[in-house]
Amino acid sequence: MGKKLTVKICTGTLCYVMGGADLQLLDEQLSPELLSRVDIMGSPCLDCCNHDDSAQAPFVKVGERVVSGATISKVIDAIKDELSKQ
Amino acid sequence: MAGANNAVLMRRELLTRLAKLYNQGELKLKIDRIPLELRPKDAEPSRCCVYKDRAMLRYKLMALLGFNIRDEQDELTPLSDYVDRAFARTEIEQEPLTVVDEVCNACVKTNYVVTSLCRGCLARACMTSCNKDAIRFENGQAHIDHSKCVNCGMCFKSCPFHAIVYIPVPCEEACPVGAISKREDGTEQIDYNKCIYCGRCIVSCPFGAVMEKSHIMDVFRAFSSGRKVVAMVAPAIAGQFKAPLSKILGAIRDLGFDDVIEVAKGADETTANEAREFMHKMAEGQKFMTTSCCPSYTTAVNKHLPELKPFVSDTGTPMYYTARLARAMYPDAVLVFVGPCLAKRYEAFVDPNTDLMLSFEEVGAMFVARGIDVAGVASTELDRSIDSTSRGYPVSAGVMTAVATKVGSAVEIRPMVINGINKQSLREMKMLPKTCTANMVEVMACEGGCVNGCNVIANPKIATRQVDEVVKQAE
Repeated sequence: MGKKLTVKICTGTLCYVMGGADLQLLDEQLSPELLSRVDIMGSPCLDCCNHDDSAQAPFVKVGERVVSGATISKVIDAIKDELSKQ
Repeated sequence: MAGANNAVLMRRELLTRLAKLYNQGELKLKIDRIPLELRPKDAEPSRCCVYKDRAMLRYKLMALLGFNIRDEQDELTPLSDYVDRAFARTEIEQEPLTVVDEVCNACVKTNYVVTSLCRGCLARACMTSCNKDAIRFENGQAHIDHSKCVNCGMCFKSCPFHAIVYIPVPCEEACPVGAISKREDGTEQIDYNKCIYCGRCIVSCPFGAVMEKSHIMDVFRAFSSGRKVVAMVAPAIAGQFKAPLSKILGAIRDLGFDDVIEVAKGADETTANEAREFMHKMAEGQKFMTTSCCPSYTTAVNKHLPELKPFVSDTGTPMYYTARLARAMYPDAVLVFVGPCLAKRYEAFVDPNTDLMLSFEEVGAMFVARGIDVAGVASTELDRSIDSTSRGYPVSAGVMTAVATKVGSAVEIRPMVINGINKQSLREMKMLPKTCTANMVEVMACEGGCVNGCNVIANPKIATRQVDEVVKQAE
């Protein structure tokens, strides 16, 4: 198995207030198989929000891909997609 | 309480836009544009059309400006007029809620509906079980006459095909004391003779129709008044942002407060007084004593559980002692309590020293509007004199732990923790004077404690972890 996929959840205040707080429980929602293939970490502001459009928050970075308006299910889909490319 | 659904996120979006416009000095000029910006002509509406959506957003903004929706005199009054009125008012209102009628009105009057799964059977148990003669058959399918139905549920129970469904009215279902009910026109009204300010109606409404009348405008007004403005921050804040408590307090100061005082300081006094009172009352032979720091619980006692009244501690809440302390330090200041729930908003009105209240959500929106990233601000010094157990108050059993630690081995404590007020725990509490075998009872209205208040930002699980961490560090 290759390198683990990095999942960075933005914990900047804007993302946190706009729904990112709930993404902190992502690890509990992943299957053991997926969980073993990713590295989940909280990240200081990813600087994705500086476009004056807070409707796009919260942001999560799955590998190099930026997931905007992130929900747990959107992030899981992105993880599966990125892993399938490896 | 619940996770951030779209109704919650919309409220935060509106708060943030309102605060942003205020910061830019353009609130009056541009507030009437907010509904148009959020629902432009080509946007996909969430209700029937963008115009209905805009009307709903307008009324929600009216609540955020601190007004009762029912007080509207003229539908053409622009929000900019309400901005003027908000800045002109000098007092907040006692009752903290308003139902946004335009947003409400979507729920069923009759809780039971016959679906197309009805087979029109021979038995027709639904019909024979109905005592109100409310069921008739048309084209081989049962129908409920809503003018006769009394929501007893007999038809629902008797249908062998499960063809009759129960449709709840979420706010009514969530209210533990039956304080919210329908008017003739179907909109909901709150009976303040019954309301215990638990905030469940706010959280449960899928349309976000029940709103707090925010004090955010009154706080802005205080900032520009020339008076000192002091924030008193509830200990539950420690779990609300992904940053150390010292930074969160620093970020609040950066909003423009002259001083930031931790309410955990007042919790020190609550613990000391409650421990003393407990030992005194046990020596007097009283059967048990309950805590008094959750205002939703003490309101529930006053309005619904008179038999429990003699057992409630006379000790003041952490807000009470903190505000007394703050008032002594700053006699002319505007004192703003920063907290997690509706019940504390009500308490802020009743408290002799506290002037205004900001919820965690409102503070979060103010951070976003100012572009403050909490993790990036300068830390403030935490008050090291505060007892570690006082920082643990916002988690269920936290107050019990603090008092028990203080009492030590002086009196044996037999603890009982009531974690959340609901219909069942209310029934249990009613029986306590007869059945209670514990001698110390902690009651918190929200399951899990203040970290699960009705306007928190963080997931309560995460928040609890962070609060526990702060307690550990302070030990």
